[in-house]
Amino acid sequence: MNTENLIALLVAAPLLGAAVLLCGGRALDRVGHLLGTLLAAVSFVIAVVLFSDLVGKSPHDRTLTQHLFSWVPVEGFQADVSFQLDQLSMTFVLLITGVGTLIHMYSIGYMEHDERRRRFFGYLNLFLAAMLLLVLADNYLLLYVGWEGVGLASYLLIGFWQHKPSAATAAKKAFLVNRVGDMGLSIAIMIMFSTFGTFAFKPVFDSVGDTSQGKLTAIGLTLLLAACGKSAQVPLQSWLGDAMEGPTPVSALIHAATMVTAGVYLIVRSGVIFNGAPDAQLATAVVGAVTLMFGAIVGCAKDDIKKALAGSTMSQIGYMVLAAGLGPVGYVFAIMHLVTHGFFKAGLFLGAGSVMHGMNDEVDMRRYGALRKYMPITFATFTLAYLAIIGFPGLSGFFSKDKIIEAAFAKGGTEGWILGITAVVGAAVTAFYMTRIMLMTFFGEKRWVPDEQGNEPHPHEAPSSMTIPMLVLAVGSVFAGGIFSLGDRFLKWLEPVTGHTEGHSPISTGAITGATVACMLIGMGVAWVMYGRRDVPALAPRGSLLTRAARRDLLQDDFNHVVLVRGGEHLTRSLVYVDHTLVDGVVNGTAASVGGLSGRLRKLQNGYVRSYAVSMFGGAAVIIAATLLMRAV
Amino acid sequence: MTLAAYSTSTGEAFQFWVLGTVAVLGALGTILMRRAVHSALCLAGTMIVLAVFYLANGAYFLGIVQIIVYTGAIMMLFLFVVMLVGVTAADSLKETIKGQRWLAALCGVGFGVLLLAGIANASLKQFDGLSDANAQGNVQGLAALIFTKYVFAFEITGALLITAAVGAMVLTHRERTERPRTQRELSEQRVREGKHVPPLPAPGVYARHNAVDVAGLLPDGTPSELTVNKTLRARGQIRDVSSKALNDLKALEQRSAERLDRPEEASK
Amino acid sequence: MNPVNYLYLAALLFTIGAIGVLIRRNAIIVFMCIELMLNACNLTFVAFSRMHGNLDGQIIAFFTMVVAAAEVVVGLAIIVSLFRTRHSASVDDASLMKL
Repeated sequence: MNTENLIALLVAAPLLGAAVLLCGGRALDRVGHLLGTLLAAVSFVIAVVLFSDLVGKSPHDRTLTQHLFSWVPVEGFQADVSFQLDQLSMTFVLLITGVGTLIHMYSIGYMEHDERRRRFFGYLNLFLAAMLLLVLADNYLLLYVGWEGVGLASYLLIGFWQHKPSAATAAKKAFLVNRVGDMGLSIAIMIMFSTFGTFAFKPVFDSVGDTSQGKLTAIGLTLLLAACGKSAQVPLQSWLGDAMEGPTPVSALIHAATMVTAGVYLIVRSGVIFNGAPDAQLATAVVGAVTLMFGAIVGCAKDDIKKALAGSTMSQIGYMVLAAGLGPVGYVFAIMHLVTHGFFKAGLFLGAGSVMHGMNDEVDMRRYGALRKYMPITFATFTLAYLAIIGFPGLSGFFSKDKIIEAAFAKGGTEGWILGITAVVGAAVTAFYMTRIMLMTFFGEKRWVPDEQGNEPHPHEAPSSMTIPMLVLAVGSVFAGGIFSLGDRFLKWLEPVTGHTEGHSPISTGAITGATVACMLIGMGVAWVMYGRRDVPALAPRGSLLTRAARRDLLQDDFNHVVLVRGGEHLTRSLVYVDHTLVDGVVNGTAASVGGLSGRLRKLQNGYVRSYAVSMFGGAAVIIAATLLMRAV
Repeated sequence: MTLAAYSTSTGEAFQFWVLGTVAVLGALGTILMRRAVHSALCLAGTMIVLAVFYLANGAYFLGIVQIIVYTGAIMMLFLFVVMLVGVTAADSLKETIKGQRWLAALCGVGFGVLLLAGIANASLKQFDGLSDANAQGNVQGLAALIFTKYVFAFEITGALLITAAVGAMVLTHRERTERPRTQRELSEQRVREGKHVPPLPAPGVYARHNAVDVAGLLPDGTPSELTVNKTLRARGQIRDVSSKALNDLKALEQRSAERLDRPEEASK
Repeated sequence: MNPVNYLYLAALLFTIGAIGVLIRRNAIIVFMCIELMLNACNLTFVAFSRMHGNLDGQIIAFFTMVVAAAEVVVGLAIIVSLFRTRHSASVDDASLMKL
């Protein structure tokens, strides 16, 4: 059997699950979650089979394609449903199906008491199918289908508890902000089609060399806009924090490990285009650097554990986008950090979910404290993921983040210094906010309060369906980076697809690593001084101006409100004014003058046949006069 | 033959000036006479004059047809309709549409002046005369053209005439929606209603002369509308002779009284 | 005398007929005026026929007469039915087609 034919099954299995679970009705309530998890696992098994097949081939021969059917076969417009599985796609497929399966398992326990669990698993399967379609497509149009599909699944899952107005609003917000990015992608596809006459990856990338840099920059910037929307990068970052209204497994899978990294995938996949457009590349790096700091600062100020982690996600994706913006120097490291981040961030979210599970769904970290004794497994896995994300030497995050910082310095010139220092400072801030989360949640005194119904929290360890995925992810968090880096395995694996050039940073690698580790330790120390040595107040202190701004997501919503909402309102109002006075004036004036004229002309239409005869006769006289005049002239 | 050189005979010129005047007068009479029947007669006169002009212009066939068809058939048709509508009804020449007369005069004069100027302006250099064309005879010449060059037009006029005849029938035909009542039913209805059981009184009763439009007088000398035909009543063409008849009667009585020398009665 | 005078006469008659159409209210007289205008045209055709030395003008006049006959038949029928419904032959009474 040809392994190529398995590719479609990757997508088909979760899609089938979604169809069955969503259409199946209440009859499937008892087995729905098992079916959904099973199909996710099937997809993962297929992915592993394909992976072993790819590994068995020579590095430059590792691209499998499968043509399923012609979607829109029109002369000059060929839209095919066909898949392309190369090393980049394979990496994503393993991440998506692997983490996806783990989170399915976790959800069985987490959503145990939710009466709409079957529907939840249907949405999760739908998300898996769409995400796999996104990374497996061999053309931008099919990618766009997956892109919209994950957007839909994200919307449905954020608003899964739609009885909460905050969840419904958050879902709407995510959908609307994503729409701006989607517009960017659709415009990019249109430009591609008008420029290249196709939107399949291979022909587009092959003809990039003959295209003007202006057009490539246009495509690159619109693709960047799309990536910003999906990956919550500045300026389209505002939806991610609110998206934490969704169930925690959703936050772990979609808003930490997979979907939000689709923007990075898009940029790396379109690397050839970005290579030809240095301006778009620089814009990407700047967006990444800005978001890196933005997300880190927001993460420092939040008391809601999930929102703090969301800020962290934003910041870490900022690292990836920064790396992707550095060009061939950074593509591989962007994806590497993406994969390791997938492990440790999913682990962190699952840990947070486990804590919430034990604390009556309390999310405020000021009401946690001293939980390490009550949930030892959660504490252990969370700690490992924590060490990974802050880049503790030897764990996953250390390897991937360090490479990105090196690549940023290797950009050279002032830009290189600015980007590099931003990345290093970001590492310090990361260490600070992550340590803060650790200390507030697991150390210190108990600050527990009863929930609204008056139930005292009784923290306990989560069931094994939840702890096992956490353990697996913790293992990944610890070892993934090391395994990838040993002998540059990951680099060699991805290089045929993304290409790679060795960066030469102006300062030595050892110095950079040392500085990064030092910054990390400083961040940890500051956090310990602020939250470990002193008691954490149950009510947040007023804080400095920056803290207050960061609590409000650095005023992003206020900015959007003032600039977009108010601006939009004013624009609309002025347009309405123009419409009322100018357009309506012209229209009504025309109507009134026509009406007035008609009212006068109406008098000619008096019904008397003799009056009409006068006009005919007069007309005949005028015609004769005109004829004579023409003759005379 | 150039225009300057061509001229008609003195006889024709004389005929033109005399009959042309008659034609214009007839036309003016047509539009100025208050009664339709007078207008029709004036128009008939104009048409006869035109027939003479046709003959003078070598259009012998048309001249005769003009007399037979126009003055004979068409004008008689007009007269029929005039009779139907009411021969004695006279129009008021007072204008009712505001400004219509002024506009009509303006347009008419302007049009006429322009038309005459156009003719005067036209380059009518060639004047051939019909002697060649009429060599075989006018009717033969026309026939040759009608049945060759204009045969389709001719056939189509046939269709047009048939259509017109059918159209006229359709327009004037009145569909009966119910069976006409028989005399027996009418008499039974009269008896049932109890009014005018005997036939209606005849007109012209108690009058000086018998005429259908003179209403019969009741014993007190007032006219009775019942005695006059329904159609005449509708048109208002009833001659009221009641006062006249009474005056006549009074005068007669007075005269006889004078003759009989009975002054007391005459003065009464 | 110049035969062009026939044309002047025809123009005069046509104008008189047209003015008649405009100022008379009685439908029958309006119709007669139209006939007068047709006849004026016929005279023109006949005069032109003489000028050009061929009979085509007379043929046209002949056709005009045929058409006029058809028109009179239909027109008078219309007048009769109009009179029947409105008890009037005035063209001003039929003035319902207005705004």
